[in-house]
Amino acid sequence: MFHRESGYYKTSYAADMALYPLPVARWTVAAIALAMCIAPFVLHEYYVSIINLILVATVGALGLNILVGYTGQISIGHAAFMSVGAYTAANLAVRLDLPFWLTLPAGGLMAAAIGAIVGIPSLRIKGLYLAIATLAGQLIIEWTINHVPWISGGAQASIEVPRPTLFGTQLKTQFQLYWFLLFFAVLAIVGTLNLVRSRIGRAFIAIRDQDIAAEIIGINIFRYKLIAFAISSFYAGVTGVLYTYYLGIANYEQFQIVTSIDYLAMIIIGGLGSVLGSILGAIFVTLLPIVIRLGMENWGTLLFSAADINNLIPNLRLILFGGLIILFLVLEPEGLNRLWRNIRSYFRVWPFSY
Amino acid sequence: MFDWGFTLALITNGVLIGLMYSLIALGFVLVYKATDAINFAQGEFVMLAGFIITGMLMLAGAPFWLSVPVAVLGMVAFGFGLERVVLRPLIGRPIISVIMATIGLATVLRGAAPLFFGAETQALPLPIPDEPIVIGPFSLPPGQVVGALLSLGFLAAFTWFFLKSRMGVAMRAVADNQQVAMAMGINVERYFAIAWGMAGIVSALGGLAWGALLGVDVHLALVGLKVFPVVILGGLDSVLGAIVGGLIVGVVENLAAGYLDPLVGGGTKDFAPYVLMILMLMIRPYGIFGKRRIERV
Repeated sequence: MFHRESGYYKTSYAADMALYPLPVARWTVAAIALAMCIAPFVLHEYYVSIINLILVATVGALGLNILVGYTGQISIGHAAFMSVGAYTAANLAVRLDLPFWLTLPAGGLMAAAIGAIVGIPSLRIKGLYLAIATLAGQLIIEWTINHVPWISGGAQASIEVPRPTLFGTQLKTQFQLYWFLLFFAVLAIVGTLNLVRSRIGRAFIAIRDQDIAAEIIGINIFRYKLIAFAISSFYAGVTGVLYTYYLGIANYEQFQIVTSIDYLAMIIIGGLGSVLGSILGAIFVTLLPIVIRLGMENWGTLLFSAADINNLIPNLRLILFGGLIILFLVLEPEGLNRLWRNIRSYFRVWPFSY
Repeated sequence: MFDWGFTLALITNGVLIGLMYSLIALGFVLVYKATDAINFAQGEFVMLAGFIITGMLMLAGAPFWLSVPVAVLGMVAFGFGLERVVLRPLIGRPIISVIMATIGLATVLRGAAPLFFGAETQALPLPIPDEPIVIGPFSLPPGQVVGALLSLGFLAAFTWFFLKSRMGVAMRAVADNQQVAMAMGINVERYFAIAWGMAGIVSALGGLAWGALLGVDVHLALVGLKVFPVVILGGLDSVLGAIVGGLIVGVVENLAAGYLDPLVGGGTKDFAPYVLMILMLMIRPYGIFGKRRIERV
């Protein structure tokens, strides 16, 4: 990731597909892993809590990128699948008192099942029609959770969930939750990296690039599209469960259409069809409101009165957020990932121009 | 005993609301028909128009007859500018780019409008009497009648426009095949801009009708979510379809609210149109009047 290549020397397919393109990449990963292990010990709890949010968002962004970036199927209902996972896990945890290592996969599988059902229209329609169908899926799931007390737990459609317990200790502090979330985020990253190198992942990419050609070379489009929806929704469900454990409460307000758009923004700003892009997008979109708040609190008083600032921040966030989506689409459709690659390829031949 | 009076009242109300939905959906259909672009910000267009009208009325103290034309002009200019700055660079890009760009635009508008026009709900009084118009057994609220009439007026105007006027015929040619239209000497990009401008006109009057009904604030944009069932039912590229789809959605949601709400505890109004839409997508994705151009997978 950070190394500077001197050229392109790969001579076999195996080398091209390797998880680490160069030995130095292995060291980069090791260095990042070390940094992630040291981080919670040196950082203030507030910053650890921000990293936790990023970790949760990373899982969700990866899931959406598998569907939108790799398979080319649009979904505006990602947050709804998160809510399916969240409420499944919350109900299991509260009613049956199940531990997280059962509720987490259960939430993911439930979301995957619902996701595959919502994905059925994708077999007949695509593009715009699919976007609208998933939008309807989002609204219908949202409505169902909100109006069926058996699922939503009645009052304000929220269920309080006990924090996960590991080896007899309840994970309550941000520091403890950090390790819990980090484990699943890493699992999701490695899982996605391997998935997109595998037969399934390459079938996804073939469907995205040219679905008719994909069908002709023997890819069962029917099956792989449903698999894409199921895997993506599984990630979404797990994200919902993680977020629920992180907050200690399952609430449908966290999973409304605005959240779906947040996640779409992550993968567009980060880069469609790229694992690194999903991570960068998750970091960017999670940090944006925090940076805006920080900036406005420190320097906003120069321009506005103190009373106005609190009203201003959410609006400013929306404006910057939407503006960035448009800006990236118009100027750099491949997102931060591409910007990063451009910087790297610039330094590959540096100090010469080519 | 089946209560016919109740049903009739629900249907009447549904027809009026449905025609008002059509008014918004028309803007969506115009853009899609001519440019193949999907406008997820249609609700925000309506909201912006509503804000411009109330802004003129309240903040600038302008009279009503001046505010509405200003809103129309403002929205046309906005449509032109938007096409030039955001959508033209996206021509030829995958469909998700256009969808996301309009979603991004919607987000910007929702954030920016309250900053300029104030966050509190503003009333938009129409200069007409408030008493319901009673015709036989029907009692019609005048604000919605105005909205419905505007909608029917646009149907007539656009039907004429697309069938008879030179510009309309050219726009149909652009919609049909951009390359051939270009070869025949039609300035395709200009007609893209015109389509967005026309969507601006429709949205301005939609903002007037809906703003008068609901009051103008950020939540006015949520009306835009109802556009999708309307256009999918009627057909994405059909002006008549927008009207018929609007009528169906309006009547269905009112009947659902009247008969299903007592059973399940409310909220079916926002739910029933989408179920209908999903069914339609499964059976006949191009809608009742839409062209069967949809790509099969």
